[in-house]
Amino acid sequence: MRLLRVARNDKRFQSAKIMDRQEYNITAYTENQVGLLNRIAIIFSRRKINIESLNVSPSEIEGIHRFNIVIVETEEVVEKLAKQIEKQVEVLKVYYNTNADVIWQEMALYKVPTDVIAEKVLVERLLRENGARAVVIRKDYTVFETTGHREETDNLLKALQPYGLIEFVRSARIAIIKASDGFHHKLQEFERREPGEEVAENEFLNDRDAVFTM
Amino acid sequence: MLSAPSPASPAALPTPTPVSGAVATLQALVAEGVDTIFGYPGGAIIPIYDALYDFKAQLNHVLVRHEQGGIHAAQGYARSSGRVGVALATSGPGATNLVTGLADALIDSTPVVCITGQVFAHLLGTDAFQETDIINITTPVTKWNYQVTRAEEIPEALAKAFYIARSGRPGPVLVDITKNAQMQLFDAPEYQPCTHIRSYRPAPVVRRKYVEQAAALINSARRPFILWGQGVVLGGAEAEFREFVEKSGIPAAWTILGTGALPTGHPLNVGMLGMHGNYGPNVLTNECDVLIAIGMRFDDRVTGRLDKYARQAQIIHLDIDPTEIGKNVPTAVPVWGDCKETLPLLTALIEPKQHTAWLARFNDHLAQEVAAVIREELFPTSEELTMGEVMQQLNEITQGEAVIVSDVGQHQMVACRYARQNQSRSHVTSGGLGTMGFALPAAIGAKFGAPHRPVVAVIGDGGFQMTIQELGTIMQTGVDVKIIILNNQFLGMVRQWQELFHQRRYSFVDIQSPDFVAVAAGYRIAGQRVDARAELRPALEKMLAHPGSFLLEVLVTKENNIFPMVPQGCSVAEIRLR
Repeated sequence: MRLLRVARNDKRFQSAKIMDRQEYNITAYTENQVGLLNRIAIIFSRRKINIESLNVSPSEIEGIHRFNIVIVETEEVVEKLAKQIEKQVEVLKVYYNTNADVIWQEMALYKVPTDVIAEKVLVERLLRENGARAVVIRKDYTVFETTGHREETDNLLKALQPYGLIEFVRSARIAIIKASDGFHHKLQEFERREPGEEVAENEFLNDRDAVFTM
Repeated sequence: MLSAPSPASPAALPTPTPVSGAVATLQALVAEGVDTIFGYPGGAIIPIYDALYDFKAQLNHVLVRHEQGGIHAAQGYARSSGRVGVALATSGPGATNLVTGLADALIDSTPVVCITGQVFAHLLGTDAFQETDIINITTPVTKWNYQVTRAEEIPEALAKAFYIARSGRPGPVLVDITKNAQMQLFDAPEYQPCTHIRSYRPAPVVRRKYVEQAAALINSARRPFILWGQGVVLGGAEAEFREFVEKSGIPAAWTILGTGALPTGHPLNVGMLGMHGNYGPNVLTNECDVLIAIGMRFDDRVTGRLDKYARQAQIIHLDIDPTEIGKNVPTAVPVWGDCKETLPLLTALIEPKQHTAWLARFNDHLAQEVAAVIREELFPTSEELTMGEVMQQLNEITQGEAVIVSDVGQHQMVACRYARQNQSRSHVTSGGLGTMGFALPAAIGAKFGAPHRPVVAVIGDGGFQMTIQELGTIMQTGVDVKIIILNNQFLGMVRQWQELFHQRRYSFVDIQSPDFVAVAAGYRIAGQRVDARAELRPALEKMLAHPGSFLLEVLVTKENNIFPMVPQGCSVAEIRLR
């Protein structure tokens, strides 16, 4: 029998997925709904998949939030996870991309003793070379900020450690998909196809005292 | 305390009228066409129960004996009627008792709306009396859930709940309503059913390209095989499915939840798939060239070992849930959509055919299975009664017109394999979760959902004792449910596994039971116990003719095994006849 080469060629339904595990950036556009973070987190935790990085923020569209989730997995697994996330009622759309497909940044804050910064020219040079910016300068410490890829922020971390680094924190990753034209277009398409009412939100937590009327 | 005004016409309110959240809740149920609720009151849901007192004419409330019974009854109602089942429970333990039923309903795609009471909003998160975080507890086992903290939210939350529960791939939803929201008066607008949620697209636009690819593949196939599941039933696509099967001439086999979508006696219905399914469909899965899966999800009990499952076949998968397509088996052609919509498109494009030689192979395998297993199971030569002959006798009396509700275990597999079904929605069982204790309450619900059909619950001695208290619900409501307990004095399926795979080390499967007929009598339910072949048929006839509920306990052979069987970790083609 002549077997047809049909949808196997369609990228969305390819059966032969790349089996290498690598970093994937999952971008989910969602309603701003209490409890949704838990619903999404469960999709990973029930499969015992660790989330490397998670950022949730408002998107460019009012009322729609954007999740940036980084995991290390094979494409096959990531595709299934993306579908499971998109299946949630309050999720509008999910994309997944490799690092090569996105522009991404992480922010890092470094707290360093001010006397060291003031006294050692070497440190000052380090900061300048790494594009660090002073955020706070106090007598006892100074906080610097850099943004960049993980290796870049890591490099400065390693370099500052011998000079009495007091504290370090790095943000979750945020990423923009190189090939996408944003979500506006997609949302307009959804609304054109099925226009509807705005979704109610649980506002109790902002309105605690006014709720209780009895 | 504020008292709720008595509703004159709860279904349609022309102008905003001040009502309590509790009244608005019940108005929403009436507007959604709910006629029966299964529930159990408690402190945090008293306002809704108070309002229910005035809604007796519109809403029939069934007082169950345990909230798990309530949600299983709602599931049975949904499964037999095709409508949304509704369960009510209070906060804390009342709400957590729903969890098993929610998990069951989620995996079996059963549309259920649960409404739980919750402590006052200002007490949330304080470990108040009977407070549990039911939203977070039920998140993994609901299609959607929502906590209402103000009465104004109630109409929209319930409208969404019903829309989400019944649309797309159906499932359970839970709406948790704080006590203050139930008591608060507000100007309720006219109830608006939900028809759209921005982020929810239950009905995908069918992509014709894939339907055409599927048709081309089917037309070029020499040994095509159809696997169908509950999606056909949930989509109400039984007629469309039958047309597709008959035009294509392709042998078709079913998953346990798909049962009945094509009558048992249809010549192209070749039987059940999976671990205890029929021999032919399992063996020939690994010989077909094109596998057409319709509204089923390639559960592990159906596929056995995935790396040896139908590797030779091109798979066409029709499903409304995109996450199921390509999840377990690689799919050649994904046909995403409601099969009620996609099947007619596909039927129009396929050539009418008969696959006589290929179909004959299924029948050959069936003949082998009859000789090796089925004949002795249905017409035993030994003295002891078998589960199979009980089903066979039941078939002969009911002629496939009864709704069978089975519990979980050996008797379930026997009921699924041998129950004759002429129409859809004739078998209610816990397929995905395998919930023992499901059948008795589900049968109560099934009778409310299909009041004009005889409902027969087939239950093992183990499962029956998990929700035995629902006999009280039968007693109080007078619902007509026929109960057959197939008593082998064992937790039979576990015993079978211990026999086959654990060197007969029967660890805690020997279960003692009470005198079931006496227990039933205590609940004023008629009953009889049978342990001899000559008594079986008259007892079954007596049971079915009895006005009202009846419990028939049948003592069956103790160590019978359910065969054929695909042992865990084996390929479906390695199915054992013995």
